[in-house]
Order: sequence, then structure tokens, then C-alpha cells
Amino acid sequence: MTDNVNKSRRTLLLSTGAVGVVGAGFAAVPFLKSWLPSERAKAAGGPVKADISKVEPGQMLNVLWRGQPVFLVNRTKQQTDVLESLNDKLKDPESESSIQPDYVNNIFRSRKDNFLVVVGICTHLGCSPKYYPDLVPQQFDAEWKGGFFCPCHSSRFDISGRVFSGSPASRNLDVPPYTFLDENTIEIGNDGEQA
Amino acid sequence: MGKIASSSSTGGLGGWINARLPVTQFYKDHLSEYYAPKNFNFWYFFGSLALLVLVNQILTGIWLTMHYKPDAAQAFGMVEYIMRDVPWGWLIRYLHTTGASAFFIVIYFHMFRGLLYGSYKKPRELVWIIGMVIYLALMAEAFLGYVLPWGNMSYWGAKVITQLFGAVPWVGDSLVEWVRGDYLISDATLNRFFALHVVALPLAIVALVVLHIAALHTVGSNNPEGIEIKKHKDENGKPLDGIPFHPYYTVKDIFGVGMFLLIFLFIVFVKPDMGGLFLEHDNYVPANPAVTPEHIKPVWYFTPFYAMLRAVPDMQMGALIMALAIVVLFFLPWLDRSPVKSIRYRRWPFKVMLSLFAVAFVILGWLGMQGATELYKLMAQVLTAFYFFYFIWLFLYSRNEKYHEVPERIEDH
Repeated sequence: MTDNVNKSRRTLLLSTGAVGVVGAGFAAVPFLKSWLPSERAKAAGGPVKADISKVEPGQMLNVLWRGQPVFLVNRTKQQTDVLESLNDKLKDPESESSIQPDYVNNIFRSRKDNFLVVVGICTHLGCSPKYYPDLVPQQFDAEWKGGFFCPCHSSRFDISGRVFSGSPASRNLDVPPYTFLDENTIEIGNDGEQA
Repeated sequence: MGKIASSSSTGGLGGWINARLPVTQFYKDHLSEYYAPKNFNFWYFFGSLALLVLVNQILTGIWLTMHYKPDAAQAFGMVEYIMRDVPWGWLIRYLHTTGASAFFIVIYFHMFRGLLYGSYKKPRELVWIIGMVIYLALMAEAFLGYVLPWGNMSYWGAKVITQLFGAVPWVGDSLVEWVRGDYLISDATLNRFFALHVVALPLAIVALVVLHIAALHTVGSNNPEGIEIKKHKDENGKPLDGIPFHPYYTVKDIFGVGMFLLIFLFIVFVKPDMGGLFLEHDNYVPANPAVTPEHIKPVWYFTPFYAMLRAVPDMQMGALIMALAIVVLFFLPWLDRSPVKSIRYRRWPFKVMLSLFAVAFVILGWLGMQGATELYKLMAQVLTAFYFFYFIWLFLYSRNEKYHEVPERIEDH
């Protein structure tokens, strides 16, 4: 069988085939790219403003940005004082592998020490954690110091959204880009730096 | 088979058609002269039942699309409209939803039959592998269909499952956005899931089923004895231990269909939600991105793998373990190195281990439905470890396995 192979024909066949495969690859691009978010979806993903003047210390406000809940928490001094002491129990206390803007790279993970802004989506599988503000023992943690608990798979986060060791989530809660437009108004989805 | 040169009629309409399209030959090859082993038992109902359920899903599915709109603002209401206002809509929908669960029950029995009698072994490796691809396609099909009613469990289930793509290194987050077509599960996601559920995957599944049967009819069916009937043929080339599929097995399968429909329709008419197993209570609440159901869990047929996902305290590893649990099944024809096919001629270690494997799978399925307590998590970890250990054990054990001698021919009982 191999005796009858015409070498130049074989070469032509292979190169035609190869070019065909490349062509099919290019043809696949529009089909694959049509799955990306549309222009309308991108436009709907713009920044969101929220009035925080009514958020008392210890309270949380939940606003929607890009369809996901964003937690705005006015933390009390008592809540933030324990942050340092929790470091040993956390997976990533310094938030090195977190998704967050550079201006929140501090122990509070926020622009203002007391005011926390995090995406309220568990980094495990996308459920929304619940807010357990009080420093009292809980069913899921006898030494609870306030924070967030995900009912789906029991991920626990401290009051800065940092994940506790032993949780299925591997990353701290994401911090979205945000800026304070004035004393009482916050804008989510805007760094306030390019503007 | 069917070596008789031309079909019986060369004249008339039949002859005219057969000269242009070999209908009679096809009928002979796959039904009246397809020789199946004479000793098929209960376990051999499930192949034809899977086909029946597939037809049910396609037929009721086409009718459901006539009344449904894949629009995030309307989808939930459309399902209620089908249930309350469309004449017989409730029946068509319940046939479809119960059919989804029935499909998996039938397929799990069908696959376990393969494990019992070594139907995945040479020369049927491709039959098994194509079957595994069908199983994967079916899981995708079921998941996509589950999203369409746009209930709150649809929404959060879609969110959790698409989030799994985020476990892919480097490109994970962009991949999630690409799958969803938005920054969140939205109308765009619902629309593409609808397209995949009603067009792309059914086409693929039907094509795969054709390949599955074509491969099966090339190598011939296995049987509870695991004896190759093609080894002993009469002077016409017909296997001595074989009987024509039609009428012998068509009649037997019709009995199976009757029994199946009795149970299936009982569920459809009396308990279509199966107490929250087949249709989850949280899905009777419209999708709400701001409220997570207290307890997110997939429908029962995914729960063994869901339990494995949760057992691992790291998302990427969990997703990997879950994927491996399915991938390992593809390699079963090469992991089981014993020359004996049927469990009937294998010794007690195999019988014990296969039973434990089946029990572990069922318990994992139960664990996947429960809330995540420490004890359940530990149990899931142990059972997941056993699931994988089974395959390692099988690979090592089957190499020099002791077995009972397999007869040459299928004995009459």
C-alpha cells in the first residue's frame, strides 16, 4: 500500500488539510465570541450609587451591582478591634490572593477603617453568605467574633470578609472597586481614580 | 448477518424501494436477524427502556417548547401557564420532569448491568465509551433543562454549576463570564441554555445513541454468563446460543415497557414531585439573585458527585475530584484486567467490592442531599476515597484474579 503513495500528492493533501483546519479555527471565532457578554450587558454593568447616611454602626446595607449583592457594613469599633487577633485562624490574613483594589490593602480591607464594602458572594460556589454581626458563640463556631457565614457549604468569613481555615472557600470575599463621592454617598464599580 | 443475497421481493413497491434504499436489509440486520444471546434477564430491559424514555423526552419536550418562552421575565410564568392554562399541559410537563428522573434511574441500572456482567470489556470497549459520552451529554442536558423554569433553585443551581468553570486555572473567571454571557446568571444565560437544551444536545444525544447501537450490533450483545456466542455458530453462520432480536426480545421488552409504564405513570399521576426529589420545593419560587435558598442542592441524580465536590475543602481540588470520578469510568475497560466478564464466574472478593462500590455510590447520593455537617462531610470524604480506591483495587486485583471456569456454551437452565 505504501508503495503507491505519491509523495507530492501526500504533501499537497496534508498542507490542504492543515490550511483547512486553520480556516475552520478562524470560522469558529465568531461562534465562540458570540457567547461573550453583549454590549447591552456591558452597559448594564455600570457603576451603582448608594446612600449610606442611614446605615447605623453594626448595620449592613445590601445593594445590587452587576446583579450581585454588595455588602456595605458600618462596622463598630468592637467588631474591627478583633481583626488582628484572628490572623492565625485565617487562610489568607494579608489578602495576598484576594481580588481587591490596591487601595484596600490594609487590615480593614477598606478605604475607611469602619466601612466595609465586599461582594456578597461566597468565593466557593457563589452562594450569598449571611451576616452574623454579634460576637457571640454560634452553632457553626463557638468562638465567633462577628462576620459572614455561608449556609450552603459552611464557609466562614470574618468581619473583613477574610476566609477562615477549614472553609471550602479558598479566597477572601472580593472587594469591588468603589469610591466615596461625598460623606454619605458611595459609588460601586468606580475607582474614583480615572474619573 | 443476513447474507441471503437479495431481499425476498425484487418486484413490486418493496422491490423498487429496496433497490434504492436497503430497508429490508436494515430490518434484518438490526431486528429479525440480529442474534442476541438467549439468556437475557431482568437487567437487559434497561437499554430499550432508555430508548423509550428518550422518545418520551423528545416528544413531550417538543410540545413544551410550543408553550414556553426562554425569557428571564416570563419563563417562570410560562411554566405556571403550562401547568394551569394549557390543555393537558400539566400532563405533558409532568411526563417530561418525571421522565428526566426516570432517564437517570434507567441509565444507572443500565450502567450497573455493565459492571455486573463485564459488558465494557473487549470487544465492547467502544460501546462502553460511547455510552459514557451519552451519560455526560445527558447530565448536561438535565442540568440545562433544570434551569429553564427559572425558579430560585434553577437560578442558584446554574450559578453554582457555572461557577465550577472558575476552577480552570488562569482563564477561569473569563470562562465563567463567557459561559454566562453576562456578569451574572441572566436572560442571556437562560436563552443559550434553552438553545442547547432543545437543539444542540438532543441532536448530539440521538446521534450518540445511533453510534452506541451501531457499535453494539457490530460486536454483538454480551449476556449474564459473559460468554461470547459468536464462538459457536451453525452452518449458516448463526450463533447457536443466539435468538433473533425480533420477535423474541421485542416481545420480552414490551413486557418490560408495560411494567415500567405502570410505575412511571403512577409517579406522574400521584407523586410527580416525589416529595421534593424529582421537583424541588425551592423551585416553586421565582428566581431571585438576592436571596440564596437555605440549602442549595442539585436534583438527586447529581448528588453522588456533588457530595464528592463538597467533601474536598478546596474548590479547585473538589472540582477536579468530581471530574475524575467520571473520567475514571471511561477507563474501566482497561482497569479491569480479568479475562472473565461476568460476576457469575468471579470470586467473592470481586462480588464484595462491587457491592460496596454500589452502596458507597448510593450513600454518597444521599449525603449530597443533606446539609453539610462535620459528620456528613467526614462520611463523604471516606466514601469518596473508597470510590477511587475501588478502581485502584480492581486494577491490581484483576491482574492475577482467581476465577471459576467459564463454560464454552450457554447452558439451558
